[in-house]
Amino acid sequence: MRRTTSSSLGGLRAALVRVAAAATTPLLPDDYLDLVAPLRRGTHRARLLAVVPETSSSATLVLRPSAGWTAHAPGQNVRLGVDVDGVRLWRSYSLTSPVRPDGSITVTVSVVPDGAVSTHLVRAAEVGDIVELEGPDGDFVLSSPLPQRALFVTAGSGITPVIGMLRASLAGLDDVVVVHSARTADDVLFGRELRAWASDGRIRLVERHTAADGRLTTDELEQLVPDLADRETWACGPNGLVDAVVGLFEDRGWSHRLHVERFRPVAAVLGEGGSVTFARTGATVDADGSRPLLVEGEDAGVLLRSGCRMGICYGCVVPLEEGAVRDVRDGAITVAAPGDGVLIQTCINAPAGPCVIDA
Amino acid sequence: MTALQHKDVSPIAHLTPEDIEAIGRELDAIREDVLESRGQSDADYIRRLIAIQRSLELGSRAVLLISMFPPAWIAGTVGLSISKILENMEIGHNVMHGQWDWMRDPKIHSTTWEWDNASPADLWKHAHNELHHTYTNVLGKDHDLGYGLMRVDEEQPWSRAMLAQPLYNFLNMLVFEYGIAVYDLEIGKYLKGRKSKEEFSSGVKKVLRKVRRNALRDYVVHPLLSGPSAIPTLAANVTANVVRNIWTHSVIMCGHFPKGVETFTKQSIEGETRGEWYLRQMLGSANISGGPLLHIMTGNLSYQIEHHLFPDLPSNRYQEVAPKVQALFEKYGLTYVTGSMPHQVASAWAKIIRLSVPSTDQSYLRELDELEQRKPVAA
Ligand code: FES
Repeated sequence: MRRTTSSSLGGLRAALVRVAAAATTPLLPDDYLDLVAPLRRGTHRARLLAVVPETSSSATLVLRPSAGWTAHAPGQNVRLGVDVDGVRLWRSYSLTSPVRPDGSITVTVSVVPDGAVSTHLVRAAEVGDIVELEGPDGDFVLSSPLPQRALFVTAGSGITPVIGMLRASLAGLDDVVVVHSARTADDVLFGRELRAWASDGRIRLVERHTAADGRLTTDELEQLVPDLADRETWACGPNGLVDAVVGLFEDRGWSHRLHVERFRPVAAVLGEGGSVTFARTGATVDADGSRPLLVEGEDAGVLLRSGCRMGICYGCVVPLEEGAVRDVRDGAITVAAPGDGVLIQTCINAPAGPCVIDA
Repeated sequence: MTALQHKDVSPIAHLTPEDIEAIGRELDAIREDVLESRGQSDADYIRRLIAIQRSLELGSRAVLLISMFPPAWIAGTVGLSISKILENMEIGHNVMHGQWDWMRDPKIHSTTWEWDNASPADLWKHAHNELHHTYTNVLGKDHDLGYGLMRVDEEQPWSRAMLAQPLYNFLNMLVFEYGIAVYDLEIGKYLKGRKSKEEFSSGVKKVLRKVRRNALRDYVVHPLLSGPSAIPTLAANVTANVVRNIWTHSVIMCGHFPKGVETFTKQSIEGETRGEWYLRQMLGSANISGGPLLHIMTGNLSYQIEHHLFPDLPSNRYQEVAPKVQALFEKYGLTYVTGSMPHQVASAWAKIIRLSVPSTDQSYLRELDELEQRKPVAA
């Protein structure tokens, strides 16, 4: 009996969905629901609940994700799509909260010089704003079972995924060393929290203030952590630091005990031209940056759509997967990092550095 | 450059090639100013407008659920007509032009937008953005010049069928959305063998699917949802579609058909420079003067000249660039064609009626004149 009821309920539901779709075409019922319930189940957004300053140039954002958000594993990151000056820009940020009973999450953002998104989020975002939210993703997470001895080597905002892990799992970790580099003592993100844990004896904290003491070397790391060989290690920070740690662990044959997370390079290489890769066709051409992508592609035998060939009809739009292009009319640069898929017109954009086109 | 040279007085005879390129540079600078200041307030504008239009549509359709009460019928029909006009003109047309692509919002983007019109977005974008906007007013290339049915320029040849063109135009006005869809299928091109059978029939399928879906929505689903008000709701939907058709048809006629708008020959655009392209857009379009409400309801095609110069600038900015563009027309002694909506509609209709009969061919007359003069006085 129950089965019949539930399947006929399912049938009714499906019929209702079909009627709703027929009533709203060419839009979807979702387009109207967005007007009243932007955070309903099935959407990928979040509302900003609070902005809490951390250091002078960073802040923690408390977000309420759409209903049905998949709980994250601390250390993972999310992609935030934020409208800055009317333009949607995407960046990844590590989650800094443990999984919370109320379902809210936090990310901690440090202002990057010339960083449109970070500057907007720290300085201009307002409580109530809605942002696009994708994720959580990433395998930079604590191992299970938890390691007996753990080491975290971080620098700058590289501490953000680690603070999430520590907040969630410190109770289950017996022996934790954190080696963290920041420019000065005041620049240490989550400084108060880390120092409080250290003075309670829950972690051993080594702070390195690079403005005074210079960058940490791997030799110093080995001296600071004599039992390095026995520690499951997580490293996160600028490429210089991560590369050094990876090199050390490879030399010693400990790579299986190292987990790393790199910051995505935000700025693409800018130049007069560069190699253009048409990802679907597999063609690559070396372009000097003087001719539009459309012409480069056509000469290389890539099938590209076009219309007016002068920037007015938008018949030639394809995603720029990665790299930088320059508008030949006014020199405006468009940059995409992997995953962005920024839509560009090929007829008026020339390569301004290596780039990858989804065509 | 032009079919203009066929005219008795060419409107551009006084311009040197340097002048034309200078005009191009000045227009580029106007465009640049808008691009530099384009930002959050523009994004807020289009999002707010979309929200208003969708709310208006929902509200009107809700009121129509009880459309057996005449006040509800009237309110719902007016609301739905306005909503459909906004959706087609200020929103759909402009989004599909890529005017809002810079926001990088996949929901408001030329590559993803679909509109409430019989012509599917991809067919329309090809016919409108790629052909009409590139070959604006080029005889034999821009089929918006009379839609291949009518003679709207003296330079177009006359045939007997054109005697009935005022009638075609009237009927086309009533069913304009289907007219656009048929037009976007490029039947002529297919018949001449310049469009493959596969491409053509896939287009036909897309159009039929879209027509079916829209008809199902307006003429079946919403009437049925209205229960006892089914018939009045059906009537309301038919009315709203026809109102939208008449309105869009009238606005579009005003864009290129009124008196004073120039046309060009195919040869004239060979090797055209950017400056010459701009000049063609300036001379080939006409504006409609009026207040803010008119501009929004026409999708800012009341700024047709500005739209043709800068088809991808956000429509809400045409108003501010118009005085600069007009000043440029004056500086270079060109005619900025504009007039009130009734005046421009009348002017376009007058042309269609006048050209339904063969023109008094002026070159023929001139030859006659010459013959007259050569005639011996006392024959
Ligand atoms: S081909 Fe028309 S905009 Fe690129």
